[in-house]
Amino acid sequence: MGAFEGLGTRLNHIFSKLKNKGALTELEIKQAMREVRIALLEADVNFTVVKNFIAAVTEKAVGEEVLKSLTPTQQVIKIVNEELIALLGGSHTKLAVADRPPTIILMCGLQGSGKTTMCGKLGMMLKKSGKKPALVACDIYRPAAILQLQRVGEKAGVPVIEKGQIAPLKIVKHALDVAAKNGYDTLIVDTAGRLHIDEALMDELKELKSFLKPTEILLVVDSMTGQDAVNVAEKFNELLDITGVILTKLDGDTRGGAALSIKAVTGKSVRYCGTGEKMGDIEPFHPDRMASRILGMGDVLTLIEKAQEAYTEEEAKALERKMREASFTLTDYLAQLDKMKKMGSLASMIKMIPGLSSKIGNQDLSVDEGKIAKTKAIIQSMTPQERDNPDMIKSSRKKRIAAGSGVEIQDVNALLKQFESSREMMKRMRSGRRGGFPF
Amino acid sequence: MGFFGKIAKGLKRTKEAFSKKIYELFKGRALDDDFYEELEMALISADVGVETASQAVEELKERCYQKRIAKPEDAKDIFSEILQEMIDYEIPEYEYPLCILVAGVNGVGKTTAIGKLAHYFTSMGKSVVLAAADTFRAAAAEQLAVWADRSKVRIIKHEEGADPAAVVFDAIASCKAKKTDVLLIDTAGRLHNKKNLMEELKKIDRVVLREYPEADYRSYIVLDATTGQNALSQVEIFKEAIDIDGIILTKLDGTAKGGVVIAICNEMEVPVLFVGVGEGKEDLLPFDAEEFIGEIVP
Repeated sequence: MGAFEGLGTRLNHIFSKLKNKGALTELEIKQAMREVRIALLEADVNFTVVKNFIAAVTEKAVGEEVLKSLTPTQQVIKIVNEELIALLGGSHTKLAVADRPPTIILMCGLQGSGKTTMCGKLGMMLKKSGKKPALVACDIYRPAAILQLQRVGEKAGVPVIEKGQIAPLKIVKHALDVAAKNGYDTLIVDTAGRLHIDEALMDELKELKSFLKPTEILLVVDSMTGQDAVNVAEKFNELLDITGVILTKLDGDTRGGAALSIKAVTGKSVRYCGTGEKMGDIEPFHPDRMASRILGMGDVLTLIEKAQEAYTEEEAKALERKMREASFTLTDYLAQLDKMKKMGSLASMIKMIPGLSSKIGNQDLSVDEGKIAKTKAIIQSMTPQERDNPDMIKSSRKKRIAAGSGVEIQDVNALLKQFESSREMMKRMRSGRRGGFPF
Repeated sequence: MGFFGKIAKGLKRTKEAFSKKIYELFKGRALDDDFYEELEMALISADVGVETASQAVEELKERCYQKRIAKPEDAKDIFSEILQEMIDYEIPEYEYPLCILVAGVNGVGKTTAIGKLAHYFTSMGKSVVLAAADTFRAAAAEQLAVWADRSKVRIIKHEEGADPAAVVFDAIASCKAKKTDVLLIDTAGRLHNKKNLMEELKKIDRVVLREYPEADYRSYIVLDATTGQNALSQVEIFKEAIDIDGIILTKLDGTAKGGVVIAICNEMEVPVLFVGVGEGKEDLLPFDAEEFIGEIVP
């Protein structure tokens, strides 16, 4: 995966030669900008956008401060990062609410961009925030699309209004009646995926828009879209005057340069992004984090937030104290494993750590998740006394634990040994520095 | 025939933007640095990617130098040649019974591509069975059933959430019993970095190899023409799980240029076999390298 190395690594490579000089010449800045350009293009940022961006950054970077800076790599990355954030738009804006209900959210986009799934995710998110949403099935073309929306609605726990394959305008009229009757305050309208150059279908969307007067018109874009993203967004924006963008499939190693292109060309910012297959996998869009992502620098903030969601402050303090005093027991260990699960998969967390994602790349990480499950099973097969005092576990207890958790005795031995050595490690770390998880 | 008309229609937009630029470039005055730089940018704007674009441009420089060519006009054929060399492959003929596994990430148009493949084979007089091994996405089997109905072919499906390998197992048994010519396997769209979903794909692969050794077995990956550089990593990761014999490039009827397939053919050595250029069941055409490039470099 050499092509997707982080920008930081590449810049370091350039600047490593001039460490002793400590200042940058214009030529070196130019070389650096070439790397930035490649990084952006490889993240699928539109090439015209890249061109303008590079021009703007070069102007800033050639300034006095950078040339005298002692850490040119950081300095250049900082400028690039700041400019990216500025380009991606300020802070996250929530979905607007209509003065008079129902609030109508019209979803549009190309085929396969993930509209139907996103309808469900938005629905569930709004429901959690106390709204009473319903999904409206207006994709009357794709085989089984209505059925798919119904299944999605079931998973999200949000009602679906459908009328079969009749004209979308009739469906939405019906939906408004249903909403009034049942007190739904938000309608999320799923439409058929269409090519932006398909005039007949685009007219259908325009018709829906002028009838519904939606509060939000959201363009759903696959984050893997290439250079064409701008054409698509421009056309949809021109015809419908969209109010925002949702990026889907942003899990994994997708850089999502499309977000930058779209914002630069249409001025409409990304509001939410879909990050996984489950209904809860939707996140508000944060420009700063996206910038890091585009540059291949990871997403530490999201990681920290996820950790914060899983741990309360007291829990974290208690954990730290236990680690320091080395009074950490298997019971604590088990609790840690559960927290880890709450934070998401190991693989997805590693992707967020700067530098690590490019180093580890696509190496096998999921195996460890299987190992975690196994470890949990072993600990759960122990009595509370055994968990708090693992030294008492001798051979007959080991046999029982192994049988109880369906593993071999060697596995139990391995876990105990590992636990012992991590406790040793904690003892050595008593200086108060925070340690990692003991496995 | 066929191919040209359709792909010309599909590539019409391409011609308007991207190819027009290339066309004008080659009408320019001199083969100077500006020319080469603009050519590289034009390729990148078609999703060809930085690496392959610069490789193609360097190669052009080299050949023009050797042949002492100075005018862009004369360089055009050489450039077409270079691109064509990057994507042209010898494809072995199909033998029957044939089994095609179709994989790819979510939303690229796998199910639709299979529907069209079914039509492609039935119109050649072959009997076809579809295996609905996408038991993951809501209503995927139903969507495939609609396609089966359109081409009047059999479909083997289980309930949602069932073991996809079991679906494939049943489908193979059915093909053997009824001496069906072609088995097309639809699989769940999986993000290429989801380990367990990839494992599932490997399992399907193993079942086919074990249960259907007499079949000519191919596995194809479906790519969306609008996908950018991420398509490269899609192919790479899928290649780790199963052997990929070819690419089906879908959604070439938009404004996207599908340039990323040049990068994939060049860097990953996987050929393009079919292109999807519309929504109808006959809108899947065998790929023709010469004509594809002919449309890009007019």
